[in-house]
Amino acid sequence: MASLIPCPHCGPRPKEEFTVRGAVLPRPAADAPVEEWQAHVYLRENPRGDYAEHWHHSGGCRRWLVVKRNTATHAVHSVTDAAEGRP
Amino acid sequence: MRYSALSVLLNGLTGKAPAPAWRSPEPKAEYDVVIVGGGGHGLATAYYLAREFGITNVAVLEKGYVGSGNIGRNTTIIRSNYLLPGNNPFYELSMKLWEGLEQDFNFNAMVSQRGVVNLIHSDAQRDAYRRRGNAMRLHGVDAEILDRDQVRRILPFLDFDNARFPIKGAIRQRRGGTVRHDAVAWGYARGASARGVDIIPHCEVTAIRQDHGRVTEVETSRGTIRCKRLALATAGHSGITAAMAGITLPIETHALQAYVSEGLKPFIDTVVTFGAGHFYLSQSDKGGLVFGGDIEGYNSYAQRGNLANIEHVAEAGVAMIPALSRVRVLRAWAGVMDMSMDGSPIIDKTHLPNLYLNAGWCYGGFKATPASGLCFAHLIAKDAPHEVARAFRLDRFARGHLIDEKGQGAQPNLH
Repeated sequence: MASLIPCPHCGPRPKEEFTVRGAVLPRPAADAPVEEWQAHVYLRENPRGDYAEHWHHSGGCRRWLVVKRNTATHAVHSVTDAAEGRP
Repeated sequence: MRYSALSVLLNGLTGKAPAPAWRSPEPKAEYDVVIVGGGGHGLATAYYLAREFGITNVAVLEKGYVGSGNIGRNTTIIRSNYLLPGNNPFYELSMKLWEGLEQDFNFNAMVSQRGVVNLIHSDAQRDAYRRRGNAMRLHGVDAEILDRDQVRRILPFLDFDNARFPIKGAIRQRRGGTVRHDAVAWGYARGASARGVDIIPHCEVTAIRQDHGRVTEVETSRGTIRCKRLALATAGHSGITAAMAGITLPIETHALQAYVSEGLKPFIDTVVTFGAGHFYLSQSDKGGLVFGGDIEGYNSYAQRGNLANIEHVAEAGVAMIPALSRVRVLRAWAGVMDMSMDGSPIIDKTHLPNLYLNAGWCYGGFKATPASGLCFAHLIAKDAPHEVARAFRLDRFARGHLIDEKGQGAQPNLH
């Protein structure tokens, strides 16, 4: 994994300041069928390649971020605030 | 050829070069069973298919060389100190198979039941380990609680009076220990090959073809191979092979590092784990200290880890054994793990009637190798789960029957 994560708020920071939550997945509607929720909670595409994850800058600005990176090469493509683009 | 002291003597005296331990056949056009993955679990499955169930028209397809994956990347520890009813009988079967393995497949795997000692640092931890020990004994597994003085007698160099994590005792499984990991792959490969199984290295499966809801053939880097039944034993890369059959798994792939120090004189004659962090240590027969810690915590298919984890593992090690502070690390490497959502494995059928899945071993796959092979072979041969592997179902997440040994919930990077 890259040693530095370019936090949009704090600049390049050591990877150890961050907590990884896991894949960025669209949240099903509250009344979605149970199969949809089961897939949301448990099933993962787990690709060998590009992946988008929620990372928490727990040792810095404490913002939730979307880190797009490659799971095979460990290259980080982009880091944005998770709230970006939300209403 | 059967290996024995006599065969060593005769071959030594005649100067004859030893024959290769297994055949190197060209892949046939069709097999009854094709196993994807020539690691410990895939080779053990092939061995038990041939030995226990008489199915010998079998191919094991391995994308690298035999034993190039996690069977050669682990810290070689075997144990069956599990708490939950879904896990315990399975791992105990594995331990029983380890105990007879070398006689069974006529190969020296250096099975060494030197014991596994898990340290206790608090009253709450003693309670938890007592509960675990009782659960083990109720399942017929050996377990004993040691007090501080008993631990001191077997491991006098531990930091008993560590200010933050004093050592209060330990739980020990005497039958646990270590095994020469590569030899497990070689022994199973040799035993399977001798019974007619074709072991085909450098043969990467690139596609799984279906017809009328059944698997018909696999596309590989060495041509198309038809199969009546297909078995996936590709832990670490299960997400990739399962996706070829249209299956999304409750698994993430994470990297786990392991380390070996320079060779030392005999120092530690058991396996010991730090109860206040995640650190486990044993000494190989060459003298190197073999140790490891936690996974890196983010999805990764790269077989390498980070310096931060190396530092963390070194700190945990020195907190437990101050004498390690001047030992030099010789090598660090990583394997990629199928981290399942509840920390337990999957040995099950799939939505395709002739496709079988063996996955999700987290970082406990090595100790499970014999039982995993036997139970997976049982499933493939009889189309019904082995008695001790009934809980390892793929649909347990949907049904709510998780086997969460650690009680962490659906968060693979915490298991």
